[in-house]
Amino acid sequence: MAQVEDEVGRTALDEEAEPSAAAEIAAPPEILAESLGQYLRAWGRRVAGGESGALPVVLALVIIAVAFEIWTQGLFLSPQNLVNLFIQSMFFMTLGMAEIFVLLLGEIDLSAGYVLAVAAGIAGLLVQKPGPDWPWWLAIITALVCSGVTGAIWGLLVSRLHLPSFVVTLAGLLIMWGVMLVILGNAGVVSISSRILVNQHVLYQIVNGNIPPAAGWVVLAVLSLLFAGLTISRDFGRRRKGLVAPPSGLTVLKIAFFVAAGIAVVAVCNVNRGSSLVVLAGVPWVVPIVLVVLLLWVVLLQRTRFGRYVYAIGGNPDAARRAGIRLATVRTWAFALAGVTAGFSGILYLSWQGGTSTNVNGGQYVLYGVAAAVIGGTSLFGGRGKIAQAVLGGLVIGAIYNGLYLQGVQVQWQLIATGLVLVGAVLVDTLSRRGTLSGSATRI
Amino acid sequence: MTSPVPGQESSAPGAAPAASVSPGAQTLLQLRGVDKHFGAVQALYHVDLDLPAAQVTALCGDNGAGKSVLTRCIAGIHQPDRGEILWKGHPVHIRGPRDAAELGIEVVYQDLALADNLDIVQNMFLGRERVHRGLLNEDSMERAAADTLRNLKVTTVRSIRQPVASLSGGQRQAVAVAKAVMWNSKLVLLDEPTAALGVVQTRMVLDLVRTLRDHGLGVMVISHNLNDVLQVADRIAVLHLGRKVAEGPATDFDLQSVVEYMTTGSSHR
Repeated sequence: MAQVEDEVGRTALDEEAEPSAAAEIAAPPEILAESLGQYLRAWGRRVAGGESGALPVVLALVIIAVAFEIWTQGLFLSPQNLVNLFIQSMFFMTLGMAEIFVLLLGEIDLSAGYVLAVAAGIAGLLVQKPGPDWPWWLAIITALVCSGVTGAIWGLLVSRLHLPSFVVTLAGLLIMWGVMLVILGNAGVVSISSRILVNQHVLYQIVNGNIPPAAGWVVLAVLSLLFAGLTISRDFGRRRKGLVAPPSGLTVLKIAFFVAAGIAVVAVCNVNRGSSLVVLAGVPWVVPIVLVVLLLWVVLLQRTRFGRYVYAIGGNPDAARRAGIRLATVRTWAFALAGVTAGFSGILYLSWQGGTSTNVNGGQYVLYGVAAAVIGGTSLFGGRGKIAQAVLGGLVIGAIYNGLYLQGVQVQWQLIATGLVLVGAVLVDTLSRRGTLSGSATRI
Repeated sequence: MTSPVPGQESSAPGAAPAASVSPGAQTLLQLRGVDKHFGAVQALYHVDLDLPAAQVTALCGDNGAGKSVLTRCIAGIHQPDRGEILWKGHPVHIRGPRDAAELGIEVVYQDLALADNLDIVQNMFLGRERVHRGLLNEDSMERAAADTLRNLKVTTVRSIRQPVASLSGGQRQAVAVAKAVMWNSKLVLLDEPTAALGVVQTRMVLDLVRTLRDHGLGVMVISHNLNDVLQVADRIAVLHLGRKVAEGPATDFDLQSVVEYMTTGSSHR
C-alpha cells in the first residue's frame, strides 16, 4: 500500500517539473504585474494558456450581436430593442445569480423557476383589489420571504439529511409548480396592470417605468464617482500598508471601462423609443435595482465570512469541516439566498409581464438561469465562479432569446439555439481548462 | 518559547536563539500507558511517548503499527481506552480537534486539507478570518500571512494571493504547515510531510521542520521515509504492532537499527 502511494506521489511530481511556469499561468495577472504593460502581457499569457476568463463570453456576445444585427437588418441594435434586451437580460441575470449561490457549493437548484412563479403569484395576489390590497413593499417582502423559506427547506434537506440537491430540488420543482397552480386558482391569471391602484402601478413600474433622462445621467455620475473613489482609495490603502496593489494604469482602465459602459447604457436608454407625440425615454428602474442586488451579493460573497465559507465548501468540504466551518448552516443559507434571489426574479417577471399566469414555464426558466451562470463562467462542480458572471451570461441568454424572438423564430428553435450555446459554453470552458492545467493540477 | 507569528502579544518574537536544545527541554506532551482498541483489534498497547518542545521527534513504524491511531489520539479524534495524556505535566482530556487546538496542538494531515480554489491567505485563515465591521479584513490577514511565511523562510511562492491549486507539492505542504503554526501553536504533528515530494521539495520541507524547531515548537514527524526522518529528527520513537519498541535520541539509532525495530520489534545492534 505504501509502495503504491509512493509511486503515485512520484508520478505526480514528475509531471510538475516546472512548478513556476504553472504558477505563472494560474496566478491572476493583477497580483504579479507592476505596470499596465506587464499586466497585459501576463493576461495574454493566461489567455494563450487557456485561462481565458470572460473573454470567450464577450466574444460570443459580440458575434451574437453582429449576427442578429445583420439578420434582423438593423432592428437588433436599435435603441428600442436594446432596452427590451436589457430588461429581458435582467430577468435571466437574477436567475443566474440565484443559481450561482448553489453552484458554488457544487449543488444545483432546479426549483428556482417555479419558486419564481410562486413569488410572482404571491406578490401579484397580495396587491389585488378587491382582495388583500397590501402595500406594494409588503407584497414584495412577503414574496421574497416565502421564496427564502422555500430555499431554506431544500437547503435543510440537502445539508442535514444529506439528500442529493438534484433530487430535492427536482421534487421542489414539481411541488412549487403545484403550489403555483393552487394559489392562482381557477382563473389562473393575475394582473397588476391597473393604472389607478397605486400598489399595482408601483410593481408594474419596476420594469416598465423609466428614470427621467436627466436623472439617469446624475445617477450615473454619482455611481461613477463612487466606483472610482472606492477603487482608488483601496489601491492607495494597500500601497500605504506595503501590500501589492494593481498597477495604476490598470485601475484607470477599469474606471474608464465602467464609465464608458455606463454612458453607453444611459445614452441608449435615453433615446426616445416612443413616438414624436408620446415620448418614452430613460433608463428602466430595473437596471439600477438589479445593480444594487448585484452589489449586495458581490459584497456578501467576496467580502464576508459567509461568502468565504461558500467558496471553501465548494472547493474542499473536508478542509472546510476541519477548519471548524459549520457546513450545514452555510449550505442552508446559500439555498435560502438562492431562493430569495429567485423570488426577486419572480417580482421582475410579474412587473415585466404586468401580471402572471399558470403559463409561466418555470422548468425552462431555471435552465436559462443555470445556463446564464455556466455561460458566464461558473463551474458546475463548485468553488469556481463569481456572482458578477451572471451579468454576462444573462446578457448572452437575453440576446439569443430576444434576437430569435425579434426574427419571429418559433419557440422550438429558440430552445435548440439556447441549448447549443450552453453546450458550447461548457465545451469552451472544459477544453480551455484541459489545455492549461495538465497533469497534477487538473481541476474541473 | 516563540511563535512564528509576530505581533501576537502572548509571545516574544525572536527571543529564542536558534537550536538552543538542551537535554532538559520542557516536555510538552506525555502519553502514559495509552491503550486503544477497535472491536477485537488492539491498535495500541500501553504506549508511552514524550514530545518535548524545541525538538523534532520522529514516529516510525510499518503499516499497521499504530502511527495513525496514536496521532489521532493526540489530535482528539480518538479517545484512548486506558492511560493518560499529560500536557505540560497536567492530565488532559482531548475530546476533539478544537480541544487540541486550544492546547496548542495542530496536526497537518497528509491530504493537507487545503481548498484549491482559495488563495494562500484565504487558506491560512480559513475558519478564523479577521473581520472588521462585518467585512473581511483582507489587508490585515495578508500581512500576517506574509509575515508568517517569511518567518518560516518560505520564499519560493511568487504571490500569496495565488490560488493554492497553482502551487507545487512542497509549497502546498509549506502553506499547510504555516496555517497550522499561525495560531500560537506549541506542538505540530506532521503526517507523512514528504510522501509525495521530489528531492528539492523534500529538502525544502525538512528545512521548514528545522525552522519550526528553531522557533521552539515541538514537532512530531510521522513518516515512512527513514532517510528524511534521520536527517531532521532529534529523537526517534518506533512502533511495532501497536507497541512502542524503541525511543531515544536520534544519535542512538542508525538506518539499520530503525529498520530492524520497525520490522521485528527489536534490534541486535
